[in-house]
Amino acid sequence: MTRLSSAFLANHAALVTFITAGDGDTAANLDGLVAGGADVIELGMPFTDPMADGPAIQKANIRSLEAGTTTADIFAIATAFRARHPNVPLVLMGYANPMTIRSADWFAAECVKAGVDGVICVDIPPEEDAELGPALRSAGVDLIRLATPTTDTARLPAVLEGSSGFLYYVSVAGITGLQQAAQASIEDAVARLKAATDIPVAVGFGVRTPEQAAAIAKVADGVVVGSAIVEIIAQHGRDAAGPVRDYVASLKTAILTARS
Amino acid sequence: MNLTINSFMNQPDERGHFGPFGGRYVAETLMPLILDLEREYRAAQADPAFQAEFDDLLEHYVGRPSPLYHAERLTEELRKNAPAGKGAQIWFKRDELNHTGAHKINNCIGQILLAIRMGKTRIIAETGAGQHGVATATVCARFGLPCVIYMGAKDVERQQPNVFRMKLLGAEVIPVTSGANTLKDAMNEALRDWVANVHDTFYIIGTAAGPHPYPELVRDFQSVIGKEARAQMVSRTGRLPDLLVAAIGGGSNAIGLFHPFLNDASVQMLGIEAAGHGLDKEHAASLAGGRPGILHGNKTYLLQDEDGQIAEAHSISAGLDYPGIGPEHSWLKEIGRVRYDSVTDSEALEGFQLLCRTEGIIPALEPSHAIAAVAREAVKMDRDQIILANLCGRGDKDIFTVAEALGTAI
Repeated sequence: MTRLSSAFLANHAALVTFITAGDGDTAANLDGLVAGGADVIELGMPFTDPMADGPAIQKANIRSLEAGTTTADIFAIATAFRARHPNVPLVLMGYANPMTIRSADWFAAECVKAGVDGVICVDIPPEEDAELGPALRSAGVDLIRLATPTTDTARLPAVLEGSSGFLYYVSVAGITGLQQAAQASIEDAVARLKAATDIPVAVGFGVRTPEQAAAIAKVADGVVVGSAIVEIIAQHGRDAAGPVRDYVASLKTAILTARS
Repeated sequence: MNLTINSFMNQPDERGHFGPFGGRYVAETLMPLILDLEREYRAAQADPAFQAEFDDLLEHYVGRPSPLYHAERLTEELRKNAPAGKGAQIWFKRDELNHTGAHKINNCIGQILLAIRMGKTRIIAETGAGQHGVATATVCARFGLPCVIYMGAKDVERQQPNVFRMKLLGAEVIPVTSGANTLKDAMNEALRDWVANVHDTFYIIGTAAGPHPYPELVRDFQSVIGKEARAQMVSRTGRLPDLLVAAIGGGSNAIGLFHPFLNDASVQMLGIEAAGHGLDKEHAASLAGGRPGILHGNKTYLLQDEDGQIAEAHSISAGLDYPGIGPEHSWLKEIGRVRYDSVTDSEALEGFQLLCRTEGIIPALEPSHAIAAVAREAVKMDRDQIILANLCGRGDKDIFTVAEALGTAI
């Protein structure tokens, strides 16, 4: 039983929350996520060219890099988080180049040392798995793949092969933080994905309100919220931890009552 | 001819890799579309009607074949400073005479025919200097498809004539204000548009880079340059050139010239990157100053820091101002088949003026880098040797930039 798989065992959907490392007071914001009831933490690795991200996370990447955030800083943040929160699963999310530039084996070993449970890499599809997948799997770090509305039934087995931890369903064909998918299309997609795999299915992209989170929580194993939290950090700067906690708590309350 | 030599033209492999470079590093949303594009391209390659339509448009719309020109006055000018017996003959492939003024149109014709085959109804593209944007807007007007061009805000400012051309042709030009406001950021924004509009949109990538099959298909469409030049050179001189020279940003005009000659062992090739203010300062020479990494769908040489954050490129030429390079060039460098060197902003300005004065041709700043390298190489080569350089664009769009650099008010 890993920290990640435990997080999906409760009788409610897991609340998966994203912030960008090095944007504002990251340690305090991570504590705010946990205090608000986040079940899984995604820590974004800033990149100069975040091709899959909308304006909110693009700006967070720029703020972080302009503040001088390095890969070493990100692993230091993760290591300290793991010391403060021994049981909360932590996932790194980002782009291929910063993850592979020193070698995939180096990256996987750093993840293990820092207590990182899983990795989401936006721009390594199954076709290029050799770039990162084998190193993570042999180090015991979950490779969390993305499925999208364009991932058809024929392609899905390739996406699932070598995936673990959870499957991240990107509910809209688009970039982060903009529109949300229709609930009916999410329900159809989750049913299709769950028929094909035993690993938990979390749904994200465009989720902002407690009502949206609750609707997804009725059908999926997890709800991912990112841009809305990143916007709170943009608004409150280094004093964002309290507002982040309160917002996450409102999502969590909605999720806890969703299936009742 | 042995198998090793054959292999120069057999890249990429079935997974889109040129040796360790290339590949398909894209978000899952785009992956099915990339696979569709590859299937459609294979079908088009096997369809004589596709090739016939491509050839017909190149002849009657683009104005191909472009001339092969013996630059005798430039040759003589360079011989004045050459050691006795030195000073190679200079020839130019005149792709600046194409409709729209650059080589970019060759690729756009091919890609819009693919888009139409795939039933796509909306075209997007990124552009740096604006030549690819103009070429894309042109083919969109020709085929009646709506067109959105992403262009860095800095490039919009320094390439105003091309922005106006695109608008005249009916394209929507969106200035990109993320990152450094140049070509790399325009490409990010085009990818963001594409991922949100995969159902109806075709992305016409302008250089021989991006996820497989783009580097291969852009190369194939641009190879008309080298195929024509090879036949013209043999017909005019009875022999092959000794050295090919081309400027490289992403590298589409260079790979288009080089590829049909790769198996001609006697032909040397020189790709010229933009050294900007100098290789020890701000520049755009990914091979000289970068190392392999992953960006914009492919693995290739990139300007980046030790954490893999992409660096800003600099060149006086907006078309060379990109921190990466097409993956086939990375491979050709590693196997040593092509030599790569660089030319600074000020050397390129000298090349620009040299060609204006000796041949009555105003080149774009991109091929001005190649001209500067030609001047450097010619004096080291014998008089009976032949240099063939690609004049990939005309300089009308650059006169304001050049005037400013020379301290002249227009």
